[in-house]
Amino acid sequence: MRAQLSAGRRGRFGRMAAGAALLAAVLASAPGHAKGTGLVYVSNEKSNEITLVDPAEMKVVGAIKTSKRPRDMHFNKDRTLLYVACGDSDVVDVIDVASRKVVDKIPTGPSPEAFRLSPDEATIYVSNEENSSLQAISLKEKIVVHEVPTGAEPEGVAISEDGKTIYVTSEVADMVHVVNAEDGAVTDNIVVGTRPRRFILTPDGKDLWVTSELSGEVHIIDRATNQIKQVLKFLPPGFRQVDVTPVDLTATADGKTAYVTLGRANHIAIVDIASRKIEGYVLVGSRPWGVRLSGDEKRLYVANGLSDDLSIVDLASRKVLKAIPVGRVPYGVQVDD
Amino acid sequence: MTSGRAGLAALAVLAALAAAPALAQAQKPPPKDLRVGYVALAQDARYDSDRAYARIPLRPLGRPVAGAEVAVKESESVAKVLGMRLSLEQASGASVQELAATVKTWAAEQDIHYVVTDLSGPDLKALAAAVADAPVLLLNATAPDDDLRGAACLANVAHTMPSDAMLADALVQYLVARKWTTILALQGSLPEDAAAIAALQRAATRFGAKVVEVRPFQLTNDPRQRDQNNVALLTGRAEYDVVYVADADGEYARYVPYETQRPRPVVGSAGLSPAAWHWAWERNGGPQLTSRFEKAAGRRPVSQDWAAWAAVKAVVQAAVRTRSTDYAATRAYLLGDAMNLDGVKGNPMSFRAWDRQLRQPLFLATDNAIIERAPVRGFLHRVNELDTLGVDEPETKCKS
Repeated sequence: MRAQLSAGRRGRFGRMAAGAALLAAVLASAPGHAKGTGLVYVSNEKSNEITLVDPAEMKVVGAIKTSKRPRDMHFNKDRTLLYVACGDSDVVDVIDVASRKVVDKIPTGPSPEAFRLSPDEATIYVSNEENSSLQAISLKEKIVVHEVPTGAEPEGVAISEDGKTIYVTSEVADMVHVVNAEDGAVTDNIVVGTRPRRFILTPDGKDLWVTSELSGEVHIIDRATNQIKQVLKFLPPGFRQVDVTPVDLTATADGKTAYVTLGRANHIAIVDIASRKIEGYVLVGSRPWGVRLSGDEKRLYVANGLSDDLSIVDLASRKVLKAIPVGRVPYGVQVDD
Repeated sequence: MTSGRAGLAALAVLAALAAAPALAQAQKPPPKDLRVGYVALAQDARYDSDRAYARIPLRPLGRPVAGAEVAVKESESVAKVLGMRLSLEQASGASVQELAATVKTWAAEQDIHYVVTDLSGPDLKALAAAVADAPVLLLNATAPDDDLRGAACLANVAHTMPSDAMLADALVQYLVARKWTTILALQGSLPEDAAAIAALQRAATRFGAKVVEVRPFQLTNDPRQRDQNNVALLTGRAEYDVVYVADADGEYARYVPYETQRPRPVVGSAGLSPAAWHWAWERNGGPQLTSRFEKAAGRRPVSQDWAAWAAVKAVVQAAVRTRSTDYAATRAYLLGDAMNLDGVKGNPMSFRAWDRQLRQPLFLATDNAIIERAPVRGFLHRVNELDTLGVDEPETKCKS
């Protein structure tokens, strides 16, 4: 079945060769982008755009039109390109950061949700929500290298530092699949909580954290054994367990602190990674999902899906400095400062 | 996918000799069967095609077995990882007696202990009584009858279909939130319509609305009965904020909106209807479930389809969390407090201990939009907001 799918795709991707050439041209002509744009990028599922926020001024300074239903976003290493999974157009848009334009599209399976680039930036690993598969797509040729069957509604994707192991969740099957990047083989399956969503790899390389939205948990998985070490539960003041629906998370570069968005509980949780203790909660907007740190790690940017805004959290005071209206149903955040 | 997975498992062993879990998996005994039954009557007036074509809210558009099949399919991967093989065994009978014999044979000989039922309230009651001695839990996916959760409740039935009381509570919560608190009710001639009116009265009392009058209607063009068939006449001479129609048949209700004497919204069997599922739900993985169902069944899913899906998912969740296919172990989990069913409506779901009804959010939907999700904000409960919908523990009449 996999071989068949790939063969079928090749025909389609062949026609995209011109697009690949364009991408190559853009790559070649792009000047060294040493300094960031200083902006925060927010993808908006319902308004088909990425809102650009200037965090210094705390205001919206522009928008980039994308294909339909932009969700997960990642920069390439030098931050000249921003990749955006567009769920209703079945593509990953490639945005030239300098010109703020979509310069290429990478066709994927139905409803791409989350993805990662391989460390050598040759391959993109995309979860296709409606197709129950993880695709490995060669960026140069736009050919599906592997299509790995997953449980229904695959979502979060993580890739090991060496690029050899891919982790992908299945929201419906309550599992994390462990995939060998080289041959696309599923080497292990880890049953976690209900409706697992997204990952972080702890900076020490040892653990994989995965949020389980419906059971309100973060499972900490030992990457050496694929066994669950510990399960974190959250309970911000004034909420009940059933209201806690964690989705996205991020960690400081030194591996000391993690931040988890709690969805319907309208808070983010601050977790000390070493002790795995919850240090506190910060009230943000309605149903926070995407979360990223500023470069200096003094601030947190949180996308609130049901209040259509971005909360800017000052981490020293643990207070929201400002909530900035963005597009409709903001999903993910990336920071280029 | 199956052959691919088998190949992958072999590779895994070669690739990861150090990975003990993978090795252990490869040496596991053959998979344990987790079989779920599904029963329906071959002839069932609820599925008359002359009603389905009109897409009447609250009526099924087709047999909900497709929902159960979608649940089996999407659960295969996790079942396989846990060394289980999941399957759905279907039986369609000419009578309840025939179905009862099938269910008993299943339990005695084929290790099938969970049976999803696509039966009306009275048929379900008869089946449950006939198989009361068998080790079987029936999962009611289509009957909303309150007495099945109340005085006539049976210990071998759990319900994923919401009750009439839950549906009425959801609707009245919304009306009260909008301050549309005076209701003119129109009642059809079926027993289901009487049950719906009773549920409405109860909900109005609970949440502070008022049913100003209940007027019977007749589906006829007889001019001598015009005061009971003409909507304008039927909705005149009264003060009200909304018109509620109880019409399980649905043919009368669909002509009530825009025909009322006063310019008032219509709710209930037409207009704004409470539902366990609606294709327009676009959060919590709703579109994905709708899309999987559409692919499988060739039509959009409605409440009964969702309830059949949820019934199988509940069994799977019990097996996954107990790592077992044993009936006693899975049943205890399924009906216990730890149950955490993802019904793709936002809240984790579990069965109420007092009447084995699945607690769940409900939608208030028009033809093409979900206007609100109940429990409506502001309706609070001391334990779980979902229990503001339906009969709560202190008021239950269910003794078994």
